[in-house]
Amino acid sequence: MRKKILDLLENNGRLTAKEIAIMLALPVDQVAKEIAAMEQEKIVLRYHTLINWEKAGEEEVAALIDVKVIPQRDLGFDEIASRIYRYPEVKSVFLMSGGYDLSVLVQGKSLKEVASFVSQKLATLEHVQSTMTHFILKRYKQDGVIFEDQEDDRRQALQP
Amino acid sequence: MTIAHGFEAHRFITPVVKNLPPSGIRRFFELVASTRGVISLGVGEPDFVTPWHIREACVQSLERGYTMYTSNYGLPELRGAIADYLAWRFGLTYDPMKQILVTIGASEAVDLALRTVLNPGDEVLIPEPCYVSYQPITKLAGGVPVPIPTVMTDNFALTAARLEHYITPRSKVLILCFPNNPTGAVLSREEMQAIARLVEKYNLLVISDEIYAELRYDGQPLSFASLPGMQERTILVSGFSKAFAMTGWRVGYVAAHPDFLAAMVKIHQYTILCAPVMGQMAALEALRSGRQDVERMVEQYDQRRRLVYSRLLEMGLDCFEPRGAFYIFPSVAATGLDSATFAEELLKEEKVAVVPGTAFGASGEGFIRCSYAASLADLTEAMNRMERFVARRLTFNQRAVAQV
Repeated sequence: MRKKILDLLENNGRLTAKEIAIMLALPVDQVAKEIAAMEQEKIVLRYHTLINWEKAGEEEVAALIDVKVIPQRDLGFDEIASRIYRYPEVKSVFLMSGGYDLSVLVQGKSLKEVASFVSQKLATLEHVQSTMTHFILKRYKQDGVIFEDQEDDRRQALQP
Repeated sequence: MTIAHGFEAHRFITPVVKNLPPSGIRRFFELVASTRGVISLGVGEPDFVTPWHIREACVQSLERGYTMYTSNYGLPELRGAIADYLAWRFGLTYDPMKQILVTIGASEAVDLALRTVLNPGDEVLIPEPCYVSYQPITKLAGGVPVPIPTVMTDNFALTAARLEHYITPRSKVLILCFPNNPTGAVLSREEMQAIARLVEKYNLLVISDEIYAELRYDGQPLSFASLPGMQERTILVSGFSKAFAMTGWRVGYVAAHPDFLAAMVKIHQYTILCAPVMGQMAALEALRSGRQDVERMVEQYDQRRRLVYSRLLEMGLDCFEPRGAFYIFPSVAATGLDSATFAEELLKEEKVAVVPGTAFGASGEGFIRCSYAASLADLTEAMNRMERFVARRLTFNQRAVAQV
């Protein structure tokens, strides 16, 4: 049941417990209780809004940074990851398999701001071996949503 | 001998065609098309676009040069895949080389079947409300349509008692379309068994239009052909439009007794030749790796179905809970309006388009068809608007009653 509720909420955080209950044919109290429990258990972390900032006319610069680090004895990558993710400029941090260790998404107001964050804050951290910065030029699709204006409904308005 | 007074096209048109009624919703369609900001629940097809891997398969087949005619029967691989599907889904065994024909949508398949078996004056039993084409194509094939009304108190199912009441010595064919457009009704195994007994007793042939078979919300899909003794008596018609969101591709198929198939393919080869190869390639991909897409779409239709059903009841419309397809067919009796007036005034006042039940036969009077193949946001907004509209009519009626 949790999986079904989560599937619906992941796509639309504004669905009410009542709507979800109807859609899944479940008692509304039970759905409300489950949602509250999942919020408590930090399964549901936040109700997020996906925004096309470019369309909103706001400048936004983001970069994906490949970070190579030297893992620490007993602490592995977790310690260095936590030193990185504490910066508010850092929007997400992933531990990766392959040619580098951490993938860090950094967001800022300008190219300069992001670049100086990398050179002054990130690259200078102890245990950080190297960084490679890739600026994001255009967002085509994020979280399953295509950013380009979607075609209108192409169906005939009325058909038997 | 009469002397011609110039060319008059209408004189050349046969009375049968002349007398076919034009589509019952033509005028209403124009009204909808000319109104801005309409949310349409009047659409008879999925709101999903064909899954990308299916479209991609078609593009790839074009790149590889698949642009020719196929066998009259359709691509052998596709017929094989259809036979496998029918075996997996319904436990039916068909010889893909002799018993399956790929058509231009299920519509052509129904037409072929009727043209193959009807003699002038043969009666065709058609449970109504139903899809709009059965009556006209019966007439074009020289048959006589005999509508059998189904009612909300029977969950819009065809009961054996009702069917038997309409059977005459001239009855030859029974058309079944369950899950049903426009009511969303389905037939249970027991209901089908009762019908099968009459089919045997009166030596009828069944054309079973199972285009909505996959879209079922109360249990497993069921084919009439899978009932004991019914496979040889059933011309099974289906296609890819609804289950795989492939309406515009126009690919359907028919599975039947080899004698029926051999006869039908004659008409098909002289009139159509073959279904377009591009669509057939896409259909092959759909059957080979589209199962997850069907399940994903069915789950979403089911969720929307429950939401719309609950909203319609809340606003005070009496309604049968649909069990298949993607339509819901509420009664508008509580508003005191007939189907056409309800649809027209709802469009004018709240810009929501629905189809009057009368478009699907006389027994659809007093009902409207809403399709829930629409986004959740559109459905919610459409229900809000319809709720306002219904509330106004209900208060108006109460005042009228109070004054009397």
